[in-house]
Amino acid sequence: MSLDFRELSKQVYGEVHIAQTDLSLNPGVFNVLLGPTLSGKTSLMRLMAGLDQPSTGSVWFKGQNVTGIPVQRRNLAMVYQQFINFPNMSVFENIASPLRIQKLSETQLRPRVEKVAELLKLTPYMQRKPSELSGGQQQRTALARALVKGADLVLLDEPLVNLDYKLREELREELPRLFADTGATVVYATTEPHEALLMGGYTATMREGRVTQYGPTHEVFRKPHDLATAKAFSDPPLNTLNLKRTEKGFEGEQGLSLQLPPFQNVPVGEYTLGFRPHHLQIQSNGKEILELSGEVTVTEITGSESFIHLRWAEHDWVAHTRGVMHFPPGKKLELYVSPSKCLLFDDQEQLVLAQV
Amino acid sequence: MINKTINQKAWFMVLPVLALVAFNAIIPLMTVVNYSVQETFGDNLFFWEGLKWFEEVMRSERFHDALGRQLLFTLLILLIEVPLGVGIALTMPRQGIGVTICLVLMALPLLIPWNVVGAMWNIFALPDIGLLGKMLNGVGFDYNFTQNTFWAWATVVAMDVWHWTSLVVLLCYAGLRSIPDAYYQASKIDGATSWQVFRYIQLPKMKRVLTIALLLRLMDSFMIYTEPFVLTGGGPGNSTTFLSIDLVKVALGQFDLGPAAAMSIIYFLVVLLLCWVLYTLMMRNETN
Repeated sequence: MSLDFRELSKQVYGEVHIAQTDLSLNPGVFNVLLGPTLSGKTSLMRLMAGLDQPSTGSVWFKGQNVTGIPVQRRNLAMVYQQFINFPNMSVFENIASPLRIQKLSETQLRPRVEKVAELLKLTPYMQRKPSELSGGQQQRTALARALVKGADLVLLDEPLVNLDYKLREELREELPRLFADTGATVVYATTEPHEALLMGGYTATMREGRVTQYGPTHEVFRKPHDLATAKAFSDPPLNTLNLKRTEKGFEGEQGLSLQLPPFQNVPVGEYTLGFRPHHLQIQSNGKEILELSGEVTVTEITGSESFIHLRWAEHDWVAHTRGVMHFPPGKKLELYVSPSKCLLFDDQEQLVLAQV
Repeated sequence: MINKTINQKAWFMVLPVLALVAFNAIIPLMTVVNYSVQETFGDNLFFWEGLKWFEEVMRSERFHDALGRQLLFTLLILLIEVPLGVGIALTMPRQGIGVTICLVLMALPLLIPWNVVGAMWNIFALPDIGLLGKMLNGVGFDYNFTQNTFWAWATVVAMDVWHWTSLVVLLCYAGLRSIPDAYYQASKIDGATSWQVFRYIQLPKMKRVLTIALLLRLMDSFMIYTEPFVLTGGGPGNSTTFLSIDLVKVALGQFDLGPAAAMSIIYFLVVLLLCWVLYTLMMRNETN
C-alpha cells in the first residue's frame, strides 16, 4: 500500500534527469520532496503521475505495477505552481469538472462540491470566473478540484510559490490538514527547507536528479546521511569547513587546529565539517566551544534576527543570530560553534556518526 | 488649496504629430467630404448639392447589389478562413524543427503582393492552359471562371482563402503557444477528451487573438480590390464587382466624383459599423 520506485531512471536526449532511484513513499501521509530548482522534483512527479514514461525501472502503486498505465486511468490529482483552472467556467463548475468527467449526476456531485468549497473557503465565490478571483482564491479552486476528486495520489508541485507571503502562510497551515482525512498519499514539492519542516510528515531530499534520503522530516533534518542532503536541507546554506584528521587533532587552512571531542576516534583522512547558520554564534556561551574567526561581508537584518555573512579563507559562512546586529563590512569577528552541533562528513561525503 | 502647475507648452510638442495626421488622414478625408456634397465640373467649378448624392447612392440598385455581393463574400471567407485557420493552428507541431518549417510555409502566402496573387491565380485557373483549370475540366467539371458566375466566385473565394488563412493560423498559433503546458497536463490527469480540451482550455485562451483575427479579416475582406480586379475584372457581368471595384468604376471610369465620394463615405461607415458591432459583441461575451 505505498508508492514505490524500483530502479527508476529517466534520461532525455542522453541527459540524466533522474538517476537510478529506489524509493518507497509511505501511503496515506504527507510526503515532502525537498530540493533546489533543477534537482529533479518535477521530473520525478511527472514519472509518479505517468505523464512521462521512465527510461528504466518501474513505478508501483498499492502493490500494482502502474508504469504503463496512462495517466487518465490512474486516480490521481495534481496542482501546479501556475493557477490552472478552466478560464471560462465558474468556480462551481471548475470544482465539479473532475466529477462531471466521472459522469456523476447533478444530485450526486452538488453536495461534494459544496463541502469541498466550504473547506477551502470558496463558498461566497461559487459563481465567479477564475479571472475574477485573487491568486490565493484561484489556487484554492485548483486545490479544491484536486480534493473533490478523492484521488489516491495527490501531487502538489510547488503550489504556493506564486502566492504572496501572507497567503502562503495561511495555505501552508491548511494543506496537511485538508488532505489528512482523505487517506490519500500526498507528495508536496518545495525548494524551501523551512516549508518542509513546517509541513512535518516525511521528507525526501533531492539533489542533481537523485533522492539522497527519505524519512520522517525531523530525522532527515537532524541526521542527514550525507553532505548533499544536509545542503539541500539548510537555508541559509550549510556552513562548511575542510579539515584533515592528523595525530594531534583536526587541522584546517591557515594553520587552524581544532579539537572535536565527539569525533576523536575517526581515522586519519580528509573530512568536511558542517555547521548550520543558527549554530554559528558570535558570543561564547560556555565550554566545549570551537573558536573560529571570519570577516564580515554583509549583514542582513530581518526584524528581530540578523544574518551575518562572513568570509574565512575560501569559505563563505552565514551566522544566524537573534537581535539586531550591525557590523561594518571588513570587521573581524570571533565565532563559536559547539562541537556537538557539528556534522562531520568523510571524503565520500557520508555522515560520520558522533560517538556519544 | 492645491496649487497645480499649469504648463500649456506641452501642446507644442504634439504639433508635429498633428500635422502628420492631418496630412495623411484628415485632409484627404475632408476632400472626399467636399466632393460628396457638391457637383464638380471642369476648371474646378463647384455647385452645392447638399445630400443629393447620398440619397442617390442609397437608392441605387447598383450600390445595393455591390454591397450585397460584398457582404456575402465577407461572410463566406470568414466562415471558411476562421475555422480552417484554427484547425491548422491546432495541428501544427509545438516543438522541434517542424515549427520553423510550418511557420515559413504559413508565412509565404502573406508575403506575396496582391496583384501577384491575382496574376498567379489567373494563370493557374485558366481553363485551357492553367494547372487548376485544366485539371478541373479534365475530371469533368465545366470550369471557366471568366464565363460562369459560380466558378468565378469559387475562384475568388479560394484565392482569398489561400492568401489569408495563414494570418488566422499564425495569430491562433501564437495564442495556443501562450497556454502553459500545465493546462494540458491537468486536463490529461482529469481525463478530459480532446474536444473538452479545445472547448474549455484552448478556445477560451485563444479568444483575444481570434477577435483580432476576425476584425482584421473583416476589414481586409471589405477592402478587397486587386485580386478580383486582376482575376476577373469584376465579371462575368457584374458578378464579382465588390464595393471597391464598383467605387473605382464610378469614380475613375465614369468620373462621377460626387456619387463616388458619397459612396466612399457610406462604404467607410459600413466597415466601421460592422467592426464596432463585432467588437462589442465579442467583448460583451468576455465580461459575461
